[in-house]
Amino acid sequence: MNPSALDLLRRLGHFVTDRLWRLGFASRFLMMTVLYSGAAFRRLHLTIREIYFTGVLSLIIILVSGLFVGMVLGLQGYDTLQRYGSSEALGVLVALSLVRELGPVVAALLFASRAGSAITAEIGLMKATEQLSAMEMMAVNPIARVIAPRFWAGVVSMPLLAALFSALGIFGGYLVGVQLIGVDAGSFWSQMQAAVDFRQDIMNGVIKSVVFGAIISWIAVFEGYDCEPTAEGVSGATTRTVVTSSLAILAADFMLTAFMFRGE
Amino acid sequence: MNRAAIDLWVGIFVALGLGALLFLALKAGNLTATDVGETYVLQARFDNIGGLKVRAPVKSAGVVVGRVGEIRFDAETYTALVSLHIDKRYQFPRDTFVTINTSGLLGEQYVGFEPGGDPEMLKPGEMVKKTQSAMVLEKLISQFMFSKAAEDEAKK
Amino acid sequence: MADEPPVLIRDLNFAYDRRPVLTGINMVIPRGAVVAIMGLSGCGKTTTLRLIGGQLKPTSGEVRVAGQVVHELDDAGLYALRRRMGMLFQFGALFTDLSVFDNVAFPLREHSGLPEEMIRDLVLMKLNAVGLRGAHHLMPAELSGGMARRVALARAIALDPLLIMYDEPFAGLDPISLSIIGALIRKLNDALGISSIIVTHDIQESLKIVDYIYFMADGKVVAEGTAEDIRRSQEPFVHQFIWGEPDGPVNFHYPARAYREELMEQPNRPRPWWT
Repeated sequence: MNPSALDLLRRLGHFVTDRLWRLGFASRFLMMTVLYSGAAFRRLHLTIREIYFTGVLSLIIILVSGLFVGMVLGLQGYDTLQRYGSSEALGVLVALSLVRELGPVVAALLFASRAGSAITAEIGLMKATEQLSAMEMMAVNPIARVIAPRFWAGVVSMPLLAALFSALGIFGGYLVGVQLIGVDAGSFWSQMQAAVDFRQDIMNGVIKSVVFGAIISWIAVFEGYDCEPTAEGVSGATTRTVVTSSLAILAADFMLTAFMFRGE
Repeated sequence: MNRAAIDLWVGIFVALGLGALLFLALKAGNLTATDVGETYVLQARFDNIGGLKVRAPVKSAGVVVGRVGEIRFDAETYTALVSLHIDKRYQFPRDTFVTINTSGLLGEQYVGFEPGGDPEMLKPGEMVKKTQSAMVLEKLISQFMFSKAAEDEAKK
Repeated sequence: MADEPPVLIRDLNFAYDRRPVLTGINMVIPRGAVVAIMGLSGCGKTTTLRLIGGQLKPTSGEVRVAGQVVHELDDAGLYALRRRMGMLFQFGALFTDLSVFDNVAFPLREHSGLPEEMIRDLVLMKLNAVGLRGAHHLMPAELSGGMARRVALARAIALDPLLIMYDEPFAGLDPISLSIIGALIRKLNDALGISSIIVTHDIQESLKIVDYIYFMADGKVVAEGTAEDIRRSQEPFVHQFIWGEPDGPVNFHYPARAYREELMEQPNRPRPWWT
């Protein structure tokens, strides 16, 4: 084997082991976060404050996006359905697409970009300006005080945002389908109610969004905590949060969907 | 941002989120009384269940009165055994005709109950007497073709 | 136990990833003294502070604070010890989302268990000691560098520690702030009867206020003594450091090949793979 191929193999091996090591470190970090979560719940105002910064401040983008996605679903859905004479099924199409998939997934992607990157940047900056070190030296565990509240805030905010996204989307589909195009309102809602099952579709959607919330929050706090304490380090960590979260969400979505919607 | 303002906004946010979930559950979904009620089980045997799936509705006079529970294959009689979960509020006579119908032309299959006149009601766990299997589209078409062919033969 | 100095470092060795950072360090910080640790950047000064604070574990040797071996303490013991230490980080490390008042109140609210009214009085007292009582409502972003460091100092003394560590307290300050910080360090040390360790490479200010100096180079203590001893020292490294000479034991030139040789040769440019 010539030297450059050997070198390539060595670097590949290094890359893989490095990634695995980092994953292990991240998992241990997650365990510590969960373990030290007592303070986040006993001093609820810490977590509530974070819910404000991750959830409430993401409302605008979630609501507007949900509305637009629903409206587009209405338009596209009608265009395809009316070709087979099934335009009354528009409600079913919009509702199922949103509640099962688009609500949890798109809301999670938006949340990762807006709140996830903000969390990473904030924690990274705290690390770079030695605020986390200072807290440690003042005998306060930064994982309990800074990390855990942000993690749980993300887990709590995500399903609420996904539900709002789906609800606004259905409303958007209604606006376009019934008000604009003229699909019958009665069949829009009644067929939807017949087709959307609470346990199968809505609860599964909620479970998905909770899982996504945990994934995004985990990646966001870890990247912030583990970044290089420099300007480039923080910016690289923020980018990694968005990219890694997005990929993880899509992969998890596939696995959850395959598991939940078997043989339907 | 003082704490009171933050608490207020978080409260509004959580309320909105739960409201959205409620809207989805009630307005968009089918969380109605029948689903949450108590049920009893009836058994039915079919030669062919067609495309009947678990959790398909059981309807009588077009109204949902229950759901399909388990679908099993009986290896001794080579038939399908279906468990039907019927709402406790409704009792059906022992000579009820149980069929597998299709909603619309190509839609989902559901179980239909056509009550007879027997004064005695079906008891929980009992097997229904009269069933009609699903109409399989291919069989219908081949039947139609054969009968057409036979007609043409007879005409000659 | 009462005789033991607040900080005692014996035969300390610390290596990071097999690279030796500190070798054979011996230091004593007596009660009521202000001690400086000086040296070039990267000689191991800040690492020593982190070892005293328990953020790092030594490879061998021991660090004793208040009679306890720091790296043998469990989590609870370490946190209990840290409550008796104050640390001032290089640029203050104030919590940017809290006001000046809340920053100083932070250790009190976390550990003292005192009611809010008492905390309020204590915070204002600490801020008064550093001259910033009137700024208690400001946010850290609105403070100048010197002011931020003074607030951080007030925060460090909030729990009346027995030891305060300063990581480059003079770095990047204007002359007025420099002398204010220097005077504050000395005044607080004497008023509270505590010990202070200053990691710095500012000669002027530190020689004015310290009782004892440890000089470090390449992870070893190369010289030590009182301010007078150091000023009169003929040890070449110390001399170059104190008098700011550009060349001496610490070379001006980064190691390189002979000048003439490098200028005269033809460069060996790497050729692209397609040629």
